[in-house]
Amino acid sequence: MRGMFSRRGDGRRRGAAGMKGYVLRRLAQLVLILFVITFLSFGMMRLAGSDAVLQKMERTGIAASQQVIDAARAELGLDKPFLAQYVSWLGGLLHGDMGVSYVTGRQVFPTFTAKLPATLLLTAVSILLTVVISIPLGILAAVRQNRLTDRLIRAASFFGSSMPGFFVAFLLMYLFSVRLGWLPVLSRSASLQSVLLPALTLAIAMSSRYLRQVRATVLDELSRDYVTGAAARGVKFSVTLWKSVLRACLVTVLTLLTLSIGSLLGGTAIVESIFLWDGVGRLAVDAISMRDYPMIQAYVMWMAVIYVCINLITDLSYRFLDPRIRLGGGRE
Amino acid sequence: MTGSVTVRRQKVRRPRRRYKLACLLMLAAALLLALLFIERLCPYDPNAQVFAALEPPSAAHPAGTDRLGRDLLSRILIGLRTSVLSSLALVVVTAAAGSAAGVLSGYFGGLADSLLMRIADVCLAFPGLVLGLAVAALLGGGLHNAMLALAVVSWPKYARVARSQTLALLRTDHMAAARLAGGSAPQLILRHILPNCAGPLLVTAMLDIGAMMMELAGLSFLGLGAMPPTAELGSMMSGGRSLLQLYPWVVIGPGIAIFAAVAFFNLLGDAARDWLDPQNSGGK
Repeated sequence: MRGMFSRRGDGRRRGAAGMKGYVLRRLAQLVLILFVITFLSFGMMRLAGSDAVLQKMERTGIAASQQVIDAARAELGLDKPFLAQYVSWLGGLLHGDMGVSYVTGRQVFPTFTAKLPATLLLTAVSILLTVVISIPLGILAAVRQNRLTDRLIRAASFFGSSMPGFFVAFLLMYLFSVRLGWLPVLSRSASLQSVLLPALTLAIAMSSRYLRQVRATVLDELSRDYVTGAAARGVKFSVTLWKSVLRACLVTVLTLLTLSIGSLLGGTAIVESIFLWDGVGRLAVDAISMRDYPMIQAYVMWMAVIYVCINLITDLSYRFLDPRIRLGGGRE
Repeated sequence: MTGSVTVRRQKVRRPRRRYKLACLLMLAAALLLALLFIERLCPYDPNAQVFAALEPPSAAHPAGTDRLGRDLLSRILIGLRTSVLSSLALVVVTAAAGSAAGVLSGYFGGLADSLLMRIADVCLAFPGLVLGLAVAALLGGGLHNAMLALAVVSWPKYARVARSQTLALLRTDHMAAARLAGGSAPQLILRHILPNCAGPLLVTAMLDIGAMMMELAGLSFLGLGAMPPTAELGSMMSGGRSLLQLYPWVVIGPGIAIFAAVAFFNLLGDAARDWLDPQNSGGK
């Protein structure tokens, strides 16, 4: 939906210019945007960070003199000029040093990386579920166009896309944990059982949006000449469907995944705090409520970095998947 | 399929689509009017903590009562007003600002254009809700700050649509004629460009209302939006996990309310898109 009018990736119009040049250009862009991301996330948090010392003092209840405050600021390096702070912070960043949490006093970067696998597992499982739900149902809806099955699937997709993630989470929790008692209410460890509900929550929101697009893609493909041609040559409909149409669906889903990876990464914050999933999203929400700026900074920055990198990878990979893009022809 | 059948079908379908949009728009106007006077419709004072806490739904309290002994139905109605009006305001302001930026940068081009588009790129380099979280963390909680955070996230969408529409329009003969007729820049923009790109922008905005409502509720849910005692649907559900097992109505009531509101605006957005672009309609 989001990409209806604005298509990302200016590479679509090119193609003959050569894959290598394109990749190099995109990598150069990546480096530039990474600099901007680090600078901005640093700047944003430093703008707020100056009162972190005051906040800390307030919390401990000490009526601090200006001297003590200045000393604390110097300890955190908040007294140096802005650019000097940025450069030293960037230098530290390259060594995996993102400062110390204001709350726990522990190193931010190891804390963050320790929680990252749980979030990645959650996103991976929800992407998998999304693909497993949206492609077969989308194809089914298209093949049975305007019949009861199609209408039911479309209604379900409309319902799913109008529900906020946290409501879906509560409904799933109520149904599967409270009523049926199949799955644990809280996920203490990252087991297969406990990843299912949070991942399903994320997957329901995504696949409801994808279903429509997959359905539209399949309808579009089925109306093409090659499908008629294949039928005329006596190729079985199921063979055409699974060999040619499925490929088009994969491209659609991949494009949609690129567009929604952002909401997925953000959505984990909500879902993780509901299901008490021990990932970076929950870490960030806790950090925000405690105003733990180094932690928030790490979260925002790394999420942005992951996001940009995934965008680049998918952009490149669907040029491989769909020859029309690679050869410079438009999809429209 | 013969030609005559197709023609007839188009003749029958097109007005129906327009009626659907008109009906939904009238319904939306009626709902907005009702929301403005919602206090009169509330059975009780939404902030009065005078009832027994956590009562199940009954005739006196159709949606039950919450943890502090407040009537849930009244709170849901007030929360609905908070959610709907704030997301409408958010979308209107963001769409206007983003479109203005896009049209101007598309029309004038040059340094301002590339600068603006790079800023948009940077805003898009952060995942939406993550940037929202960052801005909310920076500014502190509160409904207005949450709205500001979402505005930062969503303006590039409008800027991009407006810019590409403007660029496409500038290449048309119609614009060349308008320019040859001696139109000044403000005249060309207001008379010829804006009316011509209003459709896609309007549809983008209408499709965005439901999404913004969900994101706003999400931020409130995380404690970064509306602050208590303001009734807001997201924040009403935020304590829900501990209550779900024994008092599910505290969570499900507000949930259904927000779902209904989002679903309504999504229907409206879909109808608007179908009206503008019949090719893209859901049934096809």
